[in-house]
Amino acid sequence: MLLSGSGKGQPGAVPGWVGYALLPVLNLVAAFVLSGLVILVIGENPVDVLSLLLSEALGYPEAIGYTLYYTTDYIFTGLAVAIAFHCGLFNIGGEGQAYLGGLGAGLVALALTGWPWPVVALLAVLASALFGAAWAFIPAWLQAKRGSHIVITTIMFNFIAASIMTWLLVDVLIRPGSQSPETREFDPGVWLPSMDRALGWFGITIPASPLNLSFLWALACCLLFHIFLRRTRWGYELRTVGRNERAAVYAGISPARNIVIAMLISGALAGFVGVNEILGVQHRVILNFTGGVGFVGIAVALMGRNHPVGIILAALLFGVLAQGGGQLSFEYPTINRELVMVIQGLVILFAGAMENLFKPQVETLFRRRGTAAADTGRG
Amino acid sequence: MEDALLLALQLLSATIRVATPLVLAAFAGMYCERSGVVDIGLEGKMLAGAFFSAAVASTTLNPWLGLLAGIAAGVALALVHGFACITHNGNQVVSGMAINILVAGLAPTLAYAWFQQGGQTPLLPNQARIPAVELPGVDALAGVPVLGPVLGPVYRELLNGNNVLIWVTLVLVIATQWVLYRSRFGLRLRAVGENPAAVDTAGLSVAKLRYQALLVTGALTGMAGSYLSTGHGAGFVRDMTAGKGYLALAALIFGKWRPGPTLFACLLFAFTDAVQVRLQGVELPGIGVIPVQFIQMLPYVLTVLLLAGFVGKAIAPKASGIPYVKER
Repeated sequence: MLLSGSGKGQPGAVPGWVGYALLPVLNLVAAFVLSGLVILVIGENPVDVLSLLLSEALGYPEAIGYTLYYTTDYIFTGLAVAIAFHCGLFNIGGEGQAYLGGLGAGLVALALTGWPWPVVALLAVLASALFGAAWAFIPAWLQAKRGSHIVITTIMFNFIAASIMTWLLVDVLIRPGSQSPETREFDPGVWLPSMDRALGWFGITIPASPLNLSFLWALACCLLFHIFLRRTRWGYELRTVGRNERAAVYAGISPARNIVIAMLISGALAGFVGVNEILGVQHRVILNFTGGVGFVGIAVALMGRNHPVGIILAALLFGVLAQGGGQLSFEYPTINRELVMVIQGLVILFAGAMENLFKPQVETLFRRRGTAAADTGRG
Repeated sequence: MEDALLLALQLLSATIRVATPLVLAAFAGMYCERSGVVDIGLEGKMLAGAFFSAAVASTTLNPWLGLLAGIAAGVALALVHGFACITHNGNQVVSGMAINILVAGLAPTLAYAWFQQGGQTPLLPNQARIPAVELPGVDALAGVPVLGPVLGPVYRELLNGNNVLIWVTLVLVIATQWVLYRSRFGLRLRAVGENPAAVDTAGLSVAKLRYQALLVTGALTGMAGSYLSTGHGAGFVRDMTAGKGYLALAALIFGKWRPGPTLFACLLFAFTDAVQVRLQGVELPGIGVIPVQFIQMLPYVLTVLLLAGFVGKAIAPKASGIPYVKER
């Protein structure tokens, strides 16, 4: 699948920052203007609502903790989508892979009551990667060997994952005697320490929030992602397949093998959402804890231009939206959580699909200046 | 014997009812994908159609205005998709995804603000719903000797009492077969999906043809949504399309972008769904009661199996998913 806008450098005097900074910002502004219109339609003042959103997401330390907690999820799914993109694949199944990853982390935590938390955390990371990767494997294999459309199969696997998890939580893993479909709470000894607790060991006090150590793991994954893609042979092969499958074949690189590898890594990265959510925050396996993180990951990867630094920034943006938007419903009776999805959808639309919306005008603006300067130089 | 006949007829009748929105959405997708525009936003357009038609029908108490509103919503979103993908050469899958997420948020947000019923529209009274067609002579036919006991139930269960939109869908299916393969527009549509450069050379506007295809797509998805909320159902509920847009897309691929096989695929999915409803809680010999979640995922598993095995390599319209850039 072609990613328009990537790698098509325009000759001429358009400075690089126009492409990766100015245009995304313009698109964001457009998305927020339209979001403002929606808010106007439901009868509230857009400026008030959006400024409340910002202050509830970044205005005080506790809010920042919550924002970074959402950011953690989005970094994982953003990286997951990005690695598949680099291999020319569209992984829409991050949602299901994250869901299964949570199951893996949860099973480890349930089984290892009484073990020290670092051991549990390590095993849970492995288990969530394994489960997420396993869930990505079948669509990957079908794409590689049978040519089944991976967009469709991964979407179907999201639905199948939802059904299986509901069955597991309702009939199998449910806490005996409980009505709500969730497992028992993990032993507090195996919880992944929250950031305020971890920093407390070093004598630093921050307010309590769901932010936990998996945030550091997310940042580490960004680094590993970069090293893997740019500094190893495997990453080179994977990108070659993504850029030009036929060239890869002639270079002796197997597209099928790389498709499967890319999707396994992608599934594993998405699975890490389970570590953050299940081991770090919920401390039990619950229904629908993913809540659309897999889809947001697509937007994060697109906005971040599939580069780890961009992904961190985009994940931060969506973290702000998730946290700030969630708080709005407490202040405004006419607004509920779904407004966040409206803003997300508009951001994806403008920053992803319409990324070229302002490109011609902006480039003309900058290029004209460039040619004018060249003309005067020549004259 | 008669019970078995009745059961079979009821299953078929349920199949038709479930299949209708799938068929509408899949055929909607056929128009735009045949023209070279991939649309995974069928789901979102359907949901928008469902919401706006229920909202208008419940305020005006006129189902036909509701239907129009649904179609308008579908068309508007299709134009957004076209603006992103045709005019600005954006990524088509991303645009579709964005529309799905946008509508999944927008519909409940507006419902919440306008109707204050927790993200739903009020329950529609009967006069605000798209009516069913009552055919004449149901009792008369049942009274006919010899033929009556067999044809009577067939007529009563299968043909009588179907929603207007089911008949409209039937007409649209036949019309699509004709339009795609027998009309000038259809020829151009298929050409622009296979080789837009050739169409461009022939002096036709690629963008215009693709926009026209998207208009049809929008109208059909809007209609599918209307059927869900004001024909089959009685009001909009959150997430009421529940993946039907994606299933329709799968049916389209399984049907290899051709009307006949796509219709068959939709009916197959719908039949699985009808059976699924019947199977819930029923004890099967030798297996016992299958957990309801496993039965519910049947259509999805079936989709994966079909895509993996029976279709082989599905050959999409050659230019589908690729923005057409002139003077390359």
